[in-house]
Amino acid sequence: MAQDQALFEYLLRLGDNTLVLGHRVSEWCGHSPVLEEDIALANTALDLIGQTQLWLGLAGEVEGKGRDADTLAMLRDIWDFRNLLLVELPNGDFGQTLMRQFLFDAWQSINLGRLMNSTDPRIAEIAAKASKEAAYHVERSGDTVVGLGDGTDESHARMQKALDYLWPYVGEMFLSDDVDATLVKAGIAPDPASLRDDYDALIGRVMDSATLTIPDSRFTHKGGKTGKTHTEHLGHVLTSMQWLQRAYPGASW
Amino acid sequence: MKNEWPLWEVFIRGQHGMNHRHVGSLHAPDAEMALKNARDVYTRRNEGVSIWVVEAAHITASSPEEKGAFYEPSNSKVYRHPTFFDIPEEVGSM
Repeated sequence: MAQDQALFEYLLRLGDNTLVLGHRVSEWCGHSPVLEEDIALANTALDLIGQTQLWLGLAGEVEGKGRDADTLAMLRDIWDFRNLLLVELPNGDFGQTLMRQFLFDAWQSINLGRLMNSTDPRIAEIAAKASKEAAYHVERSGDTVVGLGDGTDESHARMQKALDYLWPYVGEMFLSDDVDATLVKAGIAPDPASLRDDYDALIGRVMDSATLTIPDSRFTHKGGKTGKTHTEHLGHVLTSMQWLQRAYPGASW
Repeated sequence: MKNEWPLWEVFIRGQHGMNHRHVGSLHAPDAEMALKNARDVYTRRNEGVSIWVVEAAHITASSPEEKGAFYEPSNSKVYRHPTFFDIPEEVGSM
């Protein structure tokens, strides 16, 4: 696979992860259980959208067809999205949202740490900036998972249910294809599978403190990062996220 | 069962400030989360370099009713103010 094409695909994956999750998290704005969590989640969503601008902006540059971050975010359809299935799953209750957040943040913080050593200085630079935000995100979502997991009977049950539901989407983070292989060879991105040990160690530690049990299975749903098959939820996300640009093309304010 | 998180008072030292200043309050389940919530609620615009949180229940406050006994006696003691000294001009503003 040509390196520029692989790089474009890879940047879409990074940018679509943060775009879709950022939009998902923003759905809580004004609805969180308490004011403090509402603001914290809105901050997280804004961080993720900010990272999206950098990743998709660079993707547009690499593609070289004049598409900028906004165009890529607002004018692509489901089959063009390259995010992990995990991030498009519905928010569910607050516990499920925070569990999804932690499962993503843990991977994101490890992956960004590796990308800081990328041979592509543009990627290393974005990763360095984003990794500070990711470090805070994973600390916050991790603490909340522990607080709720090791909380009341009800919060514990809800967190275990969330983990059981989300776990079969975790494995997709560590799958590789030609895109990954091309970039690993060029030293641009880490081998996804090589992140698994650090990830399992971090997740294991937090779930232990949270008194939660990680399901004993490595089965994983897949198709998000390759764009082969998304869940039925992504279309609904895009419907609300993109409607303004769809209804009023080119609108700005 | 008490469902409400305790109240915390938040103090922030700004970029150029020497002292922590009271900026407001918030609710949180424990001190660590109070710090995080303070970071998210009160430093969104790069306001601070250091945060203190203290559970509001641990603050002992003077009561407004005692205002008279507390503060009025010092009203009439003008000699406590350093206004009776001549400051040499060379000293400049103090």
